[in-house]
Amino acid sequence: MTTIIDDIVGQQLKSDVPEFSPGDTVRVDVKVVESGRERTQAFEGVVLSRRASGINENFTVRRTTHGIGVERTFLLHSPRIESLRVVRRGRVRRAKLYYLRDRVGKAARIKERR
Amino acid sequence: MSIGLIGKKIGMAQVFDDEGAAVPVTVVQAGPCTVVQIKTAEGADGYNAVQVGFGERLKKITSPARGHIEKHLGDDAAIPHDLHEFRVADPSAYAAGQTLDVGLFAEGQAVDVTGTSKGKGFAGVMRRHNFSGQQKTHGQSDRWRAPGAVGMGTTPGRVWKGQKMAGRMGQDLVTVQNLRIVRVEAEQNVLLIKGAIPGGPGSLVTVRPAVKSPGSA
Repeated sequence: MTTIIDDIVGQQLKSDVPEFSPGDTVRVDVKVVESGRERTQAFEGVVLSRRASGINENFTVRRTTHGIGVERTFLLHSPRIESLRVVRRGRVRRAKLYYLRDRVGKAARIKERR
Repeated sequence: MSIGLIGKKIGMAQVFDDEGAAVPVTVVQAGPCTVVQIKTAEGADGYNAVQVGFGERLKKITSPARGHIEKHLGDDAAIPHDLHEFRVADPSAYAAGQTLDVGLFAEGQAVDVTGTSKGKGFAGVMRRHNFSGQQKTHGQSDRWRAPGAVGMGTTPGRVWKGQKMAGRMGQDLVTVQNLRIVRVEAEQNVLLIKGAIPGGPGSLVTVRPAVKSPGSA
């Protein structure tokens, strides 16, 4: 019975999602429609969280531009995400890095994982 | 009124539309349904309707059920698990034994879905009728979910009929109108309908073209 739902959901799951976790810096290419025209916009930043599973799996990316923090949450399997690339791996000790919101500059750095 | 399908609610899922937006959908296993009986205004029944059957009953078949099916579909026909009647304007377009499937519906079409809502048991007035309850403070005790006054005084000296009170909630026949068909999976007999429909997974529902459909495709 539920296999029907699994089928419908399974067809939409991406199989080429790279391995990434909170603390990593990722580059997300997002499709945006502006005045009827479609183009790709890149969003690069630190992954704060990764939550839920299946079709609803999503992740939050935070970047700071001109001293202003910007966070975007993406559905991992959304067709609007054209590509997802890990730029840098970070070593962190939490699953959710919400503490980064209260930090600026040097304090907001994340050690690189080798 | 027009003909629809009997189906079984499978559960809910999420699909992405053409723009990439996530759409919440209910998965319904609808049909195939067999036309069992045609009722006509001129005939003994006195009204126009089509009775359709869904599924197959294998156990505990009563003789009236068997007799009914044998009369209309023949001796070796499968006994449907459930029967439902749809009022139609022109019953001559249908014949007993005919099979109806999800081809009845198109993507983007507006439909009405009827089902039995989940039973909530004995519920208080706040849950059942959206009453506000009363204060928790200012010297009150035991009153925060109470209904308050239910009537006047010596006149009329009784409580009006229909006064909203606590009681059994849910398990009612509920129709949700103007839901959109997101996708039709013909080979699996599955409809994806945008939004929620009454009842839990496995419950029986009927899907009909929308009665009031402003922008029906």
